[in-house]
Amino acid sequence: MADTRSRPLSPHLTIWRWGPHMLVSILHRVTGVGLSFAGLGILAWWLYALSAGSDAYAKFEAALNYQFYRVPLMLIVLIGLTWAFFQHLLSGIRHLAMDSGAAFELGVNKTFAILTVIGSVVLTAGLWFYLLGGVK
Amino acid sequence: MSRGESATPLGRVRGLGSAQHGGEHWLTERVTSIALLFLGSWLITSLLLLPKLDQRTLSEWLHAPSGAIPMALLVIVGCRHALDGVKVVVDDYVHQEGSRFVWNTLLLFLAVGGGAIALFALARIAFGATA
Repeated sequence: MADTRSRPLSPHLTIWRWGPHMLVSILHRVTGVGLSFAGLGILAWWLYALSAGSDAYAKFEAALNYQFYRVPLMLIVLIGLTWAFFQHLLSGIRHLAMDSGAAFELGVNKTFAILTVIGSVVLTAGLWFYLLGGVK
Repeated sequence: MSRGESATPLGRVRGLGSAQHGGEHWLTERVTSIALLFLGSWLITSLLLLPKLDQRTLSEWLHAPSGAIPMALLVIVGCRHALDGVKVVVDDYVHQEGSRFVWNTLLLFLAVGGGAIALFALARIAFGATA
């Protein structure tokens, strides 16, 4: 691509008016990258700690409960990752529908984009309310 | 599809995105995403259904085939899907052939290495003595 420097690039973020579909498209990419590195990284770390005996697992649990000036950093990361998981899952379903050629009409497309965001927030809130809210 | 001299300009570029190839890559990404739809839902549901989330309960869960097999699939398919997905980002934003190769190679090593660590840990839980 080095010899094509003068070729015009396709119009990018700055010139479009923001809309839900655009937000969801970018969220899909951002959450995907986050899940790839942080999500799979923590999954591997968790499995390794689990396999390495009770001392190692105690260290993992201590890391999860780590607080920075009473702010539970790792818990916030985990909540963020579950939100990223639900957002990526829902917008992934939306992309699969669009791959089939469906849901390109402006109204439908916008509605489904908004629904993925609402859905991911509701699912994340519900999951953590269940885990932390004393239902268990 | 022929891409010889006789092809029209449109015929020569059709199907070539910023990566210059990749129909198979595109399809793999979709197929793994469908698998992860099930495996991801399985992980969340299983964790919610476990009576406790301490080391003993979790180890027993992954010691049994019903836990170990889906988890192994989740690790393998998850790493493949992550690699395929992050490659799209690299292909979009890294324009130089050399740096793109370096990035994609590093990410391949990271995905395979991370997956190997997770699978080794899982095997140790699944084939080890019950906790």
